[in-house]
Formats: sequence, C-alpha cells, structure tokens
Amino acid sequence: MSQTATHNAQGHDDHGHHKENFITKYVFSQDHKMISKQFLITGIIMGCFGMIMSILFRLQLAWPDSSFPILETLLGSKWAPGGKLDSSFYMGLVTIHGTIMVFFVLTAGLSGTFSNLLIPLQVGARDMASPFMNMLSYWFFFASSVVLTASVFIESGPAAAGWTVYPPLSALPKAMPGSGLGMTMWLISMVLFIGSALLGGINYITTVLNMRTKGMSMNRMPLTIWAFFFTAILGLLSFPVLLGGSLLLVFDRSFGTSFYLSDIFLNGEGALANSGGSPILFQHLFWFLGHPEVYIIILPALGITSEIIAVNARKPIFGYTAMVISIIGIAFLSFIVWGHHMFITGMNPLLGLVFMVFTLIIAVPSAVKTFNYLATLWRGNIQFTPGMLFAIGLVSFFISGGLTGIFLGNAAIDIQLHDTYFVVAHFHLVMGCAAIFGMMAGIYHWYPRLYGRTMNKTLGYMHFWLTFVSAYMVFFPMHFIGLAGVPRRYYQFSVLPEFGVWDDVNVLITMAAILGAAAQLLFLYNFFSSIFFGKKSEQNPWKSNTLEWTAPIEERLHGNWPGAIPTVHRWPYDYSKPGYEDDFIPQTVPDDGNEEELAHQHTTAPIIPESTDKSEVVHFSALLSKWFGFKNL
Amino acid sequence: MSTDTSATVSTTKTWSGGRSPYNVSYGKLMMWIFLLSDAFTFSSLLIGYGAVRFSYPVPPPLVEKLAPMSDLTQKYGHNFVEKMQEIGAFDESHWPAPELVFNHFPFLHGMHLPLMFVSLMTFILIFSSVTMVLAVEAGHRMDKKKVGIYMFYTILGGLAFLGCQAWEWTQFITEGATLSHNPFGPAHFAALFFIVTGFHGFHVFSGVVFNFLIYVNTKRGMYEKRGHYEMVEKVGLYWHFVDLVWVFVFTFFYLI
Repeated sequence: MSQTATHNAQGHDDHGHHKENFITKYVFSQDHKMISKQFLITGIIMGCFGMIMSILFRLQLAWPDSSFPILETLLGSKWAPGGKLDSSFYMGLVTIHGTIMVFFVLTAGLSGTFSNLLIPLQVGARDMASPFMNMLSYWFFFASSVVLTASVFIESGPAAAGWTVYPPLSALPKAMPGSGLGMTMWLISMVLFIGSALLGGINYITTVLNMRTKGMSMNRMPLTIWAFFFTAILGLLSFPVLLGGSLLLVFDRSFGTSFYLSDIFLNGEGALANSGGSPILFQHLFWFLGHPEVYIIILPALGITSEIIAVNARKPIFGYTAMVISIIGIAFLSFIVWGHHMFITGMNPLLGLVFMVFTLIIAVPSAVKTFNYLATLWRGNIQFTPGMLFAIGLVSFFISGGLTGIFLGNAAIDIQLHDTYFVVAHFHLVMGCAAIFGMMAGIYHWYPRLYGRTMNKTLGYMHFWLTFVSAYMVFFPMHFIGLAGVPRRYYQFSVLPEFGVWDDVNVLITMAAILGAAAQLLFLYNFFSSIFFGKKSEQNPWKSNTLEWTAPIEERLHGNWPGAIPTVHRWPYDYSKPGYEDDFIPQTVPDDGNEEELAHQHTTAPIIPESTDKSEVVHFSALLSKWFGFKNL
Repeated sequence: MSTDTSATVSTTKTWSGGRSPYNVSYGKLMMWIFLLSDAFTFSSLLIGYGAVRFSYPVPPPLVEKLAPMSDLTQKYGHNFVEKMQEIGAFDESHWPAPELVFNHFPFLHGMHLPLMFVSLMTFILIFSSVTMVLAVEAGHRMDKKKVGIYMFYTILGGLAFLGCQAWEWTQFITEGATLSHNPFGPAHFAALFFIVTGFHGFHVFSGVVFNFLIYVNTKRGMYEKRGHYEMVEKVGLYWHFVDLVWVFVFTFFYLI
C-alpha cells in the first residue's frame, strides 16, 4: 500500500514537466488552481444571470401595473407582453434565480472555487488526490450550468415550481407551462450537478485526509480546510438523497408512477390516472438535502472568514478548538433539522417539537463562531483590506440573519411566518448575503494567489460599502412586510388592496436592489481588469502564515512548489506572538524548541499595548478563559 | 500542557502528517467515500419505500395456508392471481404478501415455491462475493493466475444474478405488473420493485463491467507490472457493497 502512495506522490511531482498546450492548460486543465478559476468565473457568470433575474422580478413587485417597453424588446412579447412581465415567466424567474444562487453560485461557485484553490495549497499537496476527477467535476458543473441556462430560453419557459420543486407542480408535466420541458431540464441539470458535487466532494475529503504534508496534523489545519472538509462531507451525504428523490420524481413525471401524487379532485372526480402517493415524501427527501445544503453554502464562507479575520486582525483566531467543534456540531445537526421547513405540512406535533429543539440548538455552535470572530477582532491590529471588510460584513449578516432564524425555528411562530417575506429576508441575509460576502472576501483576499496581482483597493471599498448598505436596504424592510403577513412568490400585489400599505416599501427595496446590482458592476470591472492590469502582488501580500503563500504566485506551477513540499512546524495562527520581531510566523518556520504546540495560550492572552495599564484592562477573552477554562482545551 | 511534554504530544498523540493516516491509499479511500455516498442514495430509496409501504395496512391473512411445494395448478387452475384477488389476498388497498407474489421458479411451473428463486439469486450474489474475496487474497499473494480465475467466477456470478433478475422481472411483467399497474395490490408495490431492484441491478451491471475491465487488465499482466493488485481490491469493495445493499433490498421487498 505504501508503494502505491509513493508511486502516486512521484506521479504528481512529474506534472510540472508535462508539455501543456492551450487545451490542457486552460480548458481541460487538471491543475487545481486553473479548475478553481474555472469554477469562479462560471460562478460569477451564473451569479450575473441570477442577479439580472432578481432585478426583473423586483421591477414587477415594485411597479406591478406599470409597463416597461424595454422589457418587451428584451424578452419578447411572450414573456413581457406590452412591457409587463408575464406571470408564469415571473414564477420561472423566481425559481431559476433561487436555483442559480443556491446551487450554481453559492455551492459550486463558492466551495468549488475555494476548496479547489485552497485545499491542496493549504495542506501542502501537489494537487488534488485525483486531478482527473477534479476536472470532470468542473465539466459536469459546466454542462449542468448550460442546461439550466438553456432552460430559460425554451418556448414553454423554465421550471416554475420554486427552487424547491414541490410536487404536484413539478410532478405533473401539464400543471403549468414551466412544468413541462423546463422542469425536465431542471432535473437533468440537477443530476449533472449532483455528479459534479460527488466527484468534487470525494476529492476534497480524500485530499484533506490523505495528502497533507509532513507536520500538517489535523489540528494544525487552517479553519478554511476544516470548513471545506465538512462541507464536502455534507454534500456527499445529502446530494445522493436528492438524487433518489429526483429519480422518483422523474418516474412520476414520465413513467406513470405516483409516488408524490396524492388524489387530486376536479369537479368531484379524481383528476389523475395514478394517485395514492404523498407529496410530503418529496418534501422530506428534498429537505434532507435542502437543509444541509444551507450549511454547504455557509460553512465555506465561515471558514474563509475565520482565516481572513485572523490574518487581518494580526491575531490568532480565538478558540481554534471551539471553532472546529462548532463546525462539526453544525455539520451534524444540519442532518436532523430538515423538518423545520415543513412545520405547516401537517407534521406530527411531537416530531415538530423534536425538529424545533434541534433547530434551536444550532444557535449554540453558530453563536460560538460569532463570538469567536468578535473576540478575534477585539483589540486586534485590524488591517482594513477589502477582503477584511467583506469578512466583517459576513459576521454582521450572520448575526442579523441568524437572529431571525431563532424566530422561524419555533414551530408556533413559524405557522404565522411561513412563506412570507420574513422567510425571504431571513435566508437572504443569513445564507445569501453572508455567503456572498464570504465569497467576495475570499476573492479579494486570494486574488493574488489566483492571478498574481491585486485588485484595486478603492474600487473594493466602494464595492463593499455600496453592497453592504444596499443589501440591508433590500432585506431589512422585508422583515416588516413578512411580519404583516405578505406572502412570498406572489406576482401582483396591486390586486390585493390589503397589502397596499407596503407598495412604497417595495419600491424602496427595488431601488436598493438596483443600486446593489450596479455596485456589482464595479466588482466585475475590478475583477476582470485586474487580471491583466492589476498591480503585481508581492509573494505574501497579507503577511499570512498559511502554506499557499509559500508557493510562487508569479508563475503558478502545476505541482505548486518548484522544489520539495514544505514541512509544517506549527499551527497557522501564530500572529503577533510575543517575543518575535515579525507579527507573523509562517507554518514552515521550525519550532525553536521552546514553544508550546498550537500556542493556545496566545488565544487567551491577546496583545496588550505597552502603554496601557494592564490592571485596568478587562479582556473579554481573558474573562472567558477564566470562566470556562479554555486554556485546557 | 507544559512545554517539555508538548514535543512528545505533537509526535505521538496526534498523527503528524505525511501520507496515509489510515494506512489506506487515496484511491481506496475514494472508493470508501463514494460507497458511503451511494449508501445514502439507496437509503433514500429504501426509506421512500418504507414510507409508502407502511401507509398501507398489512396483508390480510390467507383463508387456508399454502404449503410450500404444493401444486397451485391443481388447486387454483391456471389463474392463481385472479383466485387470490377473489379471496381478497391481493387487493388494491393492501400491501401484498411477498411469498404469494414471488413464488415461481423456472421450469417448475405451477408449484408454490415461496421466495425460493430469490433465495437462489441471493446465494449466487453472495457466492460471487466469496470468489471476489478469494481474488483479492490471491492478489495479495501476487498470484496472477488465481486472481484471473476468481475474477472470472465473480463475473460469472454477476452475470448469473443479472440473468435471474431478468427472469424475475419477466415473470412479474408477464403476470401484469407495470410501473402504474399491479395485479397483486397497490401500484406502488410494482413501481418501487422496478425502481429499487432496477437501481440495484444497474449497480450490479456496472460492477460486472468494472470487474471485466479489471479481469482483462489482470490477464494482460498490468497489475503484475505495477507490483500490486490494488485495483482488484477497489472493485472488490464496490462488489461487496453491492452485495450488502442487496441484503437490504431483499429484506425490504421479500421478507418484511
């Protein structure tokens, strides 16, 4: 067995010497760094589609009775007759916006990009365990994106049953225009996507477990890697269940079974040839994926934030062990809380109670993470790089969105709030904005690692503030709309005069959404122009400890390190260690024989400026350590 | 922890990097992880089965017990299924008793042989796992000839299982079962049977293809040149997994 491993390690060493042409270098590349860029750029393009869709349906919500002649020009008279969005196309837009954002941007675009980029570089591997499968993973994702995007342009319109594709709208091909070919294409796209997630996930887990460099024990891994590792595990165990659920859905749609089709009566007669199934079965299977999926989205963003906050606060991350345990806790709990999406489907109240309790317990590890971020920032020597701003922005959204999660997790309150704009506000803040901000933080922070250049800082700041403010302006008012009972997914509120009081708020939200979209243009310009004209970056621009900055960023070799793989001697968070000249000690610097492993004592004793009278300073972290004895963790 | 013990902690207590923390090559680890994932796919289908299955009442008891090996033609004529429908053993609101549905055996027409054929199928599949173990073991000894022989038996076993499944499906379909119709009881019974055993059969089929490729490579001496038979171990893992899943499918569809 060890023979194989040796053989393979040598195999990787040879990669640098292969002749590469355009196709193998840029298209069917097996280099994890190139695959990461492919994921990122595909994700950005899909993100633009998703964003444009959101603007289109926001226009409809703000001015439900006005017509925008330009829409007819752009979308044709079928989808925007007279410049007014067609109602089935509105449903299609909502559905595809959700699907794109959840799966294509925040799953593949986020963890596909950063798992690919950082796992080999930060654990000290030449490449992924199987570069070939890694390449396949991208191309499955690409095919899946193409199919989904194409489904928007077909005659009958895209899938329109909501991103959760509940039967019967998804199971009966004639239920609505989007239930036909559009839904079929959605399912095909999802199956390809699951294939991609599976190939990627197997690779990520194996690489983390099996390809770490000498000295990189599990408890010396950066928190990014811990997060990507558990994200991959979540994906690996939850996507197959969606596959099973979709398989049954395909049979219901096309082959005459009725797993999800209960008795539907029209004019007192059974409308279906085959019935007797239960749509709730699909909801269970879907949410068994759907809930872990939420954490597949947010965990990588949290991991990226842990790393960026520690680097830019020039402090060790507070409570490394607690961070790891909370990732594990969130990952485990995410599998046993799916029922909280189904409180009003008629669940046994006892079962609802169980789901409610587990849901609320998730607040504990989430709060641990939040407080650890705050404690890391506390009295840090904070460097306000654009990446850092976005990471702090994530913490803000994670708090404000997370708090409403506690409302929604209560079965009794959820009965009132279910399917209202309150839910929309909640999940857009906690997984939409938070994860997008984590992704942006990662892009700004690791851009030098990707392209050897840095992004423009001023544009970065403008991008951050405009996005941050507009995101809150979009989603904060939605809480109030939702509390007043305004349901989501409705097409035209002008026909419901009782909601008329919210018309102006809807206009405000739409304007903020347009502002937010405009801010992304700054980002797009910054991103693509910096590839060619950005300022050349130094080797280690953020003075970071992790291994990815020891591999040359100027020429991005397939195989990462030109010489031997570096050996790791310490954990990645030795920032501002007392008694050292530099405020960072890279992981490759050997232990001088006198240091403590993992240096946990530094997490509990942050730097105190010389001039301060120590007796007057009460350190939050020092207090915590005194009360809870974190020192002994 | 104090300074002087930390050095020993870092080297002995936790694994300190390098390769193969679990002494497994990455390829084999990948196979394990894939199988874990695949187990969840089968679980979702079987749990779906459970949800549907237990929404129906248990099969009604038969008026008279049918002894195994009893002659059905003598007792019920040529339309056993219709007779069962008449006496209420098969009806749309009850999940049928599997031993009345799967009671046929090739060449023994008209005999009541409950679950005999599926037991034979199970035996064949498990026996093919035994030959797979022997192939893996021969691989450890670098015995090319034995690996070839046992891989061949394994492929044979897989093909035999698929053949049996084809016969069983044919029998089931001949008696009138389709995805949307089922003379034995609820349509769900037939639909789930086709989907779950079909999905498993697809796995067996893929396994046979993989095994065949490995067999060819073994014969060509590829693994002997490579110095190890790890590929045989990897397909072996897959094959055992497919077997294990069959045990669950068998239990759910035929025994419960």
